[in-house]
Amino acid sequence: MKVLGIETSCDETAVAVVEDGRSVLANLISSQVDLHARYGGVVPELASRAHVQAINPLMAEALDRAGCRFADIDGVAVTVGPGLAGALLVGVAAAKAVSLATGAELIGVNHLEGHIYANFLEHGPPEPPYVCLVVSGGHTLLVHMPEEHRYEVLGQTVDDAAGEAFDKIARFMGLGFPGGPALDRLARQGDPEAIAFPRAMADSGDYDFSLSGLKTAVLRYVKGELAAGRRPDPADLAASFQEAIVDVQVSKTVAAALERGVSTVLLGGGVVANTRLRERMEKAGAEAGLRVLFPAIELCTDNAAMIACAGASRLARGERSSLDVAIDPGLELAP
Amino acid sequence: MRLELRTATAEDTRAVGSAVGSLLRVGDAVALSGDLGAGKTTFVQGAARALGFDGHVVSPTFTLVREYRGRIPVFHVDIYRLVRVQDVLELDLDEMLSDGVVLVEWGDAVEGLLPEEHLTVALTTPWSDEARRLELQGTGPSWEVRWRRLESATREWRTAA
Repeated sequence: MKVLGIETSCDETAVAVVEDGRSVLANLISSQVDLHARYGGVVPELASRAHVQAINPLMAEALDRAGCRFADIDGVAVTVGPGLAGALLVGVAAAKAVSLATGAELIGVNHLEGHIYANFLEHGPPEPPYVCLVVSGGHTLLVHMPEEHRYEVLGQTVDDAAGEAFDKIARFMGLGFPGGPALDRLARQGDPEAIAFPRAMADSGDYDFSLSGLKTAVLRYVKGELAAGRRPDPADLAASFQEAIVDVQVSKTVAAALERGVSTVLLGGGVVANTRLRERMEKAGAEAGLRVLFPAIELCTDNAAMIACAGASRLARGERSSLDVAIDPGLELAP
Repeated sequence: MRLELRTATAEDTRAVGSAVGSLLRVGDAVALSGDLGAGKTTFVQGAARALGFDGHVVSPTFTLVREYRGRIPVFHVDIYRLVRVQDVLELDLDEMLSDGVVLVEWGDAVEGLLPEEHLTVALTTPWSDEARRLELQGTGPSWEVRWRRLESATREWRTAA
């Protein structure tokens, strides 16, 4: 069964073709494909107009790379939320058109479920239950999954998302925006214990996160050092800041898994590309006797293969969306 | 119309947000400005609560817009990532304003795109402690009508000035 995945919830227009919910035949993201050379015209980076311009050529290119045609597609999986309304609408309209024209089954997918299901590409799902940490630019949440497609949100950020904190501090440090990956690289040369930044809500007794205070603490520290005539070492600063975020995420995820009696931990979202988070989570998981899974780096950031994977799994259970399926910008993970 | 306030804690800033929020109605635009960590999102948390929304109010930097379903719809917008006026126009603030209240973080950069009648909230950290300075400025007749109520609702945070 071939499923076409479509993801337009935020900046990226993404299209993928996935076979049997596992094999990625094509996985394209507009910012990484030179549509300009192939189709002419400039593809702008942001907003719904960019999605409108990119979606058709990207679908054609994805089918081409997958070696198939629209007629070969059995299902269309599309992100229906959460995300930006105008952006979501473009993907959903495209998916409906494909479904209507080809008869392929339509299935709406929650973007957050996609990040979790990115773990199931290639190897398929391990035996549930799971505890999942979803960390990206727009989301930070800890979820218990007693079985596939069932979610109990244990906690989430009360202010900033983790990826946002990375990117904002990176920009503050002159590493560009989004600068999460640059900060990660710089941190490898620094001492994570050089500066003791607060571990917000580490002992709050729940599974919520708070990152706004850490952001302020970093700004305050740098301003204080500069005022005292000292120049903080950028690598130490990056490493210490990163460690404060990673520490709390690792400890809360492990605690949630142990409390729920779960032996498999799934990570998803763009921040999971962070090398320190992967490293620390693997180590902590091994110590606690947990199996820790994370997607390949290119499947951590927003992509459509993960949407196709989650959609294929729902289609296989007999679920379908009708052609009047609506977008939901504030969609949450359903119990 | 200008008001200067001093809040000692994030909870205070949230309370001022609530005081302002309780005066907001469909079609109102609020532009928030201030550095990273100045308390823009904290202010919106209070405003959304006063408008009847009990859920999580978190930074919309990546998502650009979050919509909260309170008594009236609350649109929490953040244009930190947007670099071109065209991108802001495509968010369609006018459409949001016809349905509810719009609060824009980093809104000072796009004040020209907001309705002439609006409120600006500038958050700064001129003191060495956690305290914040909030400067509220209203433009237009509807704020003139509401200004006295706003003054009395925020009396406890007024600076001596």
